[in-house]
Amino acid sequence: METEVKKYVGKSVYKGIAIGRIRIYEKGDSRVKREHISDALKETDRFNSARETAKEQLKELYEKALKEVGQASAMIFDVHQMMLDDLDYIESVTHIIESQKVNAEYAVACTADNFADMFGAMEDDYMKERAADVKDVSNRVIGILQGRSEGSVSGDEPSIILADDLAPSETVQMDKSKVLSFVTRYGSTNSHTAILARTMNIPALINVDFDDGLDGKQAIVDGYNGILYVNPDKELLEAMKKKQEQDEKNKKLLHELKGKENITTDGRKINIYANIGGVSDVAAALKNDAGGIGLFRSEFLYLGRDDFPSEEEQFNAYRTVVENMAGKKVIIRTLDIGADKQADYFNLGNEENPALGYRAIRICLSQPEIFKVQLRAIYRASAYGTVSIMYPMIISVDEVKRIKKIAEEVKTELSNLGIPYGEVEQGIMIETPAAVMISDELAKEVDFFSIGTNDLTQYTLAIDRQNQRLDEFYDSHHPAVLKMIQMTVENGHKGGCWVGICGELGADTTLTKTFIDMGVDELSVSPSFVLSVRKAVREI
Amino acid sequence: MKEFKYIIRDPEGIHARPAGLLVKKANEYTSTVTLSVNGKEADAKRIFAVMGLGAKKDMELSVKIEGEDEEVAAQSIKSFLEENL
Repeated sequence: METEVKKYVGKSVYKGIAIGRIRIYEKGDSRVKREHISDALKETDRFNSARETAKEQLKELYEKALKEVGQASAMIFDVHQMMLDDLDYIESVTHIIESQKVNAEYAVACTADNFADMFGAMEDDYMKERAADVKDVSNRVIGILQGRSEGSVSGDEPSIILADDLAPSETVQMDKSKVLSFVTRYGSTNSHTAILARTMNIPALINVDFDDGLDGKQAIVDGYNGILYVNPDKELLEAMKKKQEQDEKNKKLLHELKGKENITTDGRKINIYANIGGVSDVAAALKNDAGGIGLFRSEFLYLGRDDFPSEEEQFNAYRTVVENMAGKKVIIRTLDIGADKQADYFNLGNEENPALGYRAIRICLSQPEIFKVQLRAIYRASAYGTVSIMYPMIISVDEVKRIKKIAEEVKTELSNLGIPYGEVEQGIMIETPAAVMISDELAKEVDFFSIGTNDLTQYTLAIDRQNQRLDEFYDSHHPAVLKMIQMTVENGHKGGCWVGICGELGADTTLTKTFIDMGVDELSVSPSFVLSVRKAVREI
Repeated sequence: MKEFKYIIRDPEGIHARPAGLLVKKANEYTSTVTLSVNGKEADAKRIFAVMGLGAKKDMELSVKIEGEDEEVAAQSIKSFLEENL
C-alpha cells in the first residue's frame, strides 16, 4: 500500500523536526545485478512500462524547466524523452532481454553502456558529453524498475538522506544545503554523522531499520522521539509542522541571548567558542555569536580527495576563516587523520586497532614534510587575525618539544623569505589519559590545553566510540573522566595555561555548572549550541 | 524518392536540441527519411542515430525521402533545415 503511513523507530542523535522527500544515499556503483529470468515477454513489459513512467517524469521536468529556465534549456528533457522512444535503444534492450534471458535492469544498463561508448568514441567534444545523457535517462529507467523514485524526481531539492552509514569522507562531499536530516541504519551517537548533524543543526536518527525502496517518498523525521515516518497523512503533517514552528520560536528566544555576556549570576565568566569543520561553518559560528573558533578541524582539507592539499589551498582556507572571524581567536587543530578518518593517499595501511594506531600527530612527527606544509599555511594565515595552533593526540613532553622545534624551523623559513606571520599561541589537545597524568609537565611547554572529551572518554573507558553495541556502557559523565578534566584544569592553571573543553561534553548543559566550578576557561561547542550553553551559564 | 543536399550552417552542427527537433519533424511523416554525412547513414526518426552522425558546420548533409508523403515531407524538412541548421 503506497499511501499507508510507515513508522520506523531508531535513536535520535539530534533533536528537531525535518519534513521532506527521502533521498537514498547509494555507495558507489554496481547497483544493477545480472539475473536470469524465464519469461522474456514479462520482462520486456516491465521495461516498457518503466520507460513510460520515465517519459512521464521527463515530461513533468520539461514543463517545470520550461517555466523556470525557458525553452532552449528545457529542450534537453524533450530530447531525453525521444531517447527513450528511440527504436535502436528499445531494440537493443529487448534483444538483450530475449537473447540472454536477463532482467530488464541489466539489459538497460548494458544498452546504456554501449550507447555511451558510441558517443564517447566520437571526435566531437560536445557529442562525447552526450554519453552522460544516455546514462542519465537509463538510470532513471533502472531506478523505476528497482522501485526507487516515484512521482516527480528532482534530485536538487533539499532531502532527508537515508543511508546504511556515512563515512566522514562522504559527508564532507555532500552539499549541505540539500540535506534536511540524516537517517542511518548503523552508526553510534558519537559517530561522525551524529557530530555533523549537530554542527548543521538538523535532526538525525541512527539505528533505524528502514525498508528498501523509499527513495523519493515524502517523510518526516521526528528527532525528539527518534521516529522516521514515511508517507505521513495530513493530520501527522499538520502536527509536525506545528512542532517545527515551536522549534523556530525557541530558536528565536535563544537569539535574544545574542550579544549577551557569558556570565553567571555570581559574576564568573567563561568563553564560549565554536567547533567548525570547514570554511562554510564560519557563518553558523558568527550567526550564533561564538566568541571565537575553539576547534577548527583541518581534516576537511585532506578528506574526500586523491592527493595532499597544497600549501596555497590550505592557506586560503585558513585565511578565509581568520579574516571572517575579524580578530576573534581561531584555534586551528593540525591534521587528525587516521582511526575513523581515512584518506587513501596517506597509505596508512590496515591496522588492528586504528584508534590506537598511526594517526594525528604521530603521522605529522614521522612525516614532517606533510606537517610543515600545514604549519606554513597556518603561520601565513596568522598574519590576518588571531590564530592559535593546537596539536592532537599528545602523550609525551618529548613530542611537544619536537613539534616546537619544527614550528620554529617553519617560522625561520618564513622570516628568511620575508613572509609575514603573527603571534601564534601553541596548545595541545588533552585527549589521552597519558596527557592528563603528565599535564603538570606539559603545561610548562605550551600556552593552553583543550580537552577533547570524545577521545579522552574512549581511551579512559576503553570503549570504541564507533561500536554501537557499546552505547549502553558508554557513560559520558563517568567520574573517571570528570576527575581527569579536573586534574587537567588544576595542572594547566598551575603551569600558566588556560584550559578549555572542545569535545561534545562541552555542550552538555547538565555539566556547565560543574565545569565552571572546576575553573574551565573556555567551552568550544557546535555553533548551534553556543547560545543554549550561554543560557545555561547565565542561569547559574 | 526525393533527394536533396544541405550544407550545415549552425556553428555547433546537429547537436542535441536541433537533432531532437529534426527527429520530431521526420516523425510527422510516414515516409522513411535517411540522412547521410561523410558516408555515414542514419534514420532521421531515430535520435541516437542522428546524433551519432556527428554532423558539424560546413558539412554536406544528404537527405533521402521515400514514401507516400515524400513530396510534402521533402518540402517541410528542407525548410526546417534552413531555419534551424
